[in-house]
Amino acid sequence: MITRRLKDFLASKLMLLATIFSGLVVFIVVLVLFQKSMPLLTTQPLTELLFSSLWYPWKGEFGFYAFIMGTLWVTILAMTLAVPPSLLMSLYLAEYAPIKIRGIIKPMVDLLAGIPSVVYGLWGVIFLVPLVRDYVAPIAGVTTTGYTVLSGGIVLAVMVFPTIISISDEVIGASPQEARQASIALGATKWQTVKYVVMRSTLPGIIAAIILGFGRAFGETMAVLMVVGNVAKVPSSIFDPAYPLTALIANNYGEMMSIPLYDSGLMLAALFLLLTVLLFNIVAGIMLAGIRRRYILG
Amino acid sequence: MFEPHISIEKLNVYYGEHHALKNITLDISEKMIVAIIGPSGCGKTTLLRSLNRMIDLVDGVRVSGKVLVDRVNIYENSVDITSIRKKIGLIAQTPNLLPMSIYDNIAYGPRIHGTKNRKELDQIVEKYLRASDLWNEVQGRLKEPASKLSTGQQQRLCLARALAVEPEVLLCDEPTSALDPISARRIEGQLLALKKYYTIIFVTHILRQAKRLSDYVVFLYLGELIEHGPAEDVLADPRELRTQAYVKGEIS
Amino acid sequence: MDKRKLEERFFKVLMIVSTLIVLGSLMAVLVVVVFKGAAAISLSMLTQTPRGGYYLGREGGILNAIVGSLYLAGGATILAYLISLPTALYLNEYALKSKLASFTRQSLDVLWSVPSIIYGSFGFTVMIYLGMRASLLGGIAALTLLELPIMIRAMDEVIRMIPHKLKEASYSLGATKLETTLDVTIRQALPGILTAILLAFGRAIGDAASVLFTAGYTDNIPASLFDPAASLPLAVFFQLGTPFPEVQQRAYASGVMLLVIVLSISIVSRVQTKRLMKYVIR
Repeated sequence: MITRRLKDFLASKLMLLATIFSGLVVFIVVLVLFQKSMPLLTTQPLTELLFSSLWYPWKGEFGFYAFIMGTLWVTILAMTLAVPPSLLMSLYLAEYAPIKIRGIIKPMVDLLAGIPSVVYGLWGVIFLVPLVRDYVAPIAGVTTTGYTVLSGGIVLAVMVFPTIISISDEVIGASPQEARQASIALGATKWQTVKYVVMRSTLPGIIAAIILGFGRAFGETMAVLMVVGNVAKVPSSIFDPAYPLTALIANNYGEMMSIPLYDSGLMLAALFLLLTVLLFNIVAGIMLAGIRRRYILG
Repeated sequence: MFEPHISIEKLNVYYGEHHALKNITLDISEKMIVAIIGPSGCGKTTLLRSLNRMIDLVDGVRVSGKVLVDRVNIYENSVDITSIRKKIGLIAQTPNLLPMSIYDNIAYGPRIHGTKNRKELDQIVEKYLRASDLWNEVQGRLKEPASKLSTGQQQRLCLARALAVEPEVLLCDEPTSALDPISARRIEGQLLALKKYYTIIFVTHILRQAKRLSDYVVFLYLGELIEHGPAEDVLADPRELRTQAYVKGEIS
Repeated sequence: MDKRKLEERFFKVLMIVSTLIVLGSLMAVLVVVVFKGAAAISLSMLTQTPRGGYYLGREGGILNAIVGSLYLAGGATILAYLISLPTALYLNEYALKSKLASFTRQSLDVLWSVPSIIYGSFGFTVMIYLGMRASLLGGIAALTLLELPIMIRAMDEVIRMIPHKLKEASYSLGATKLETTLDVTIRQALPGILTAILLAFGRAIGDAASVLFTAGYTDNIPASLFDPAASLPLAVFFQLGTPFPEVQQRAYASGVMLLVIVLSISIVSRVQTKRLMKYVIR
């Protein structure tokens, strides 16, 4: 007969196992990717991998530069488009919007966060690509297929809105009320209070929100892949197509096994992606933890 | 008869359904110290904060009646709130510092109202730090964060900050309740000295403080104005029963 | 002084415009996808699998993707649950404030931000190593990894909120830790746990990058764990770019189906969470 204490003991050991497993997953993933990229890392110098734009895997040439630049172009454009409206909207929601309006708008933003990536891609293909091709590009005097950095940037910007807005909202809400009251009592306008007092104390949090948004955009795969053209050349304008790292991995997994070192190459791209996104998130996480601690403990 | 500096006429304040201030009518002369006393929850802070429209910030607040300052009703729609708040300063119970240096805390007020000249600001900062008896302690470290000061120093900083926008009236919400006795005495000393230039209205629950500082006393009970008059009269020999009960310590 | 008012008004206008831009984009996405997709939805679309040729046949519907997605996300949710609940319980009941707890939580925080294509790449690598082909099982494995940090974090938050007094009552009656956990903690946290499961399920069903390499794609409904499985996200991805309008219709239908499923889950879990919050005001 199994006693209660034995059951208790077994259960706790099983739970411990589950916990250890959960804690180790991220390390296992990094390790496996690292191991898979080794063949390529050991045969080619890192500088060449990073800075050469010669991508001819069947000839053994693995220059990731075009893809890195593709990712950077799209991500930076997305952030440039996303940050100003997100910040302004966060300020509006936190400081100006009547409670009822905030109660309606905030959930809508959270809903935006839940829309799957392919649906954004679908929207991009149906709506954005023709928009860029038929309206935006002609205004700029350019002809393009519509599958451009611009389309990718816009889609990513919309996907990143909720990330920046929800974190910014949290940090703005956490900034101390007394300083606000002091400013108003001295006769400052609401905007002056926001500009000089609120922004000052929330700046680190907002930077963290932007970093997190950057990480999200950097790692995004499907939506951007569907609208960005996937041409392996360094883009020279926002109306050129690009080939982000995520798209590189997604598009070529089929050929991975047929060309020597190709799988290494793609796993290296994955590793690079992973490490960059993790770096962003860890930095932002540390900043936010500091802020949360300060305001929850007073 | 002099015109009162502040004239409150039938002021009613509602927080949602709760009728916090009932038909307050009161005149306050200039350049004196007025103490608002009463048991907790009687509306002292509400009355104080309705004098510079800080209660506007409370959700669901409704105000009726008039508050005339220099014969202008501050609750008129056409009035510019920010200039009201410049004219009528507020010092809160616990020091509410701006997240800036000592210098910037004081310079903030003048800056937002248009003073940009660096020399002018320097003079203003020094002048009002002296006026609040803080200059000697901080003159060498004006650029340090204000949060590094002790609580007593912080409250004096808030006083200097409020004075720097050159108000006519100073509202103080229990200005010494967060301070140790020595710092409290210093603030009280400053307020007495400032009486020459400003009309000072303060809320307190310490009867002895009211006795020490005030020229005029206002007693509130459950949102109603029960009695008001010169300090010696109200505190030593009040007319109303409820005032007597409060002053004797029977209700609090 | 007028300058201040002007500045205030200017920024207020900017703020409202920004809000409209953000909300407008949301509306644009919903409207376009629903509009195109609703036109493509029909009973046959929902109940038939594609036919008339390998992969891009012109007849039939999206049943393969619907069932495939349900299998994939369902399987992954079950697996993730089996790991997540014990972990969340352990973190709160047994290992509270220990080094293991903070290490695990931080590790999971980091995992939370991993882009899903990494799970696909990782899964694919492991599958090759094990000699597996793209299959339902592979997809479930990759999705499980995706769901883990989401589910654990959500469960952790709910379990953490359970007041100590309840557990004390149980212990003082002589119950073991396990019994207290099962009878008191889980029961109290049940609504929150269900919400966590829903949340993770919703995230998994919408993900394409993890299953791209690992689950494969097929016109058929998988009959075993080792068959490849279609999924709604991949149904959109693969079928959107074809020149055949019938196939594109299937892409639109998949898109709107996916959107409806995910948004419903999102709304339901939000309503649930709100209801829970009512009881947690202490």
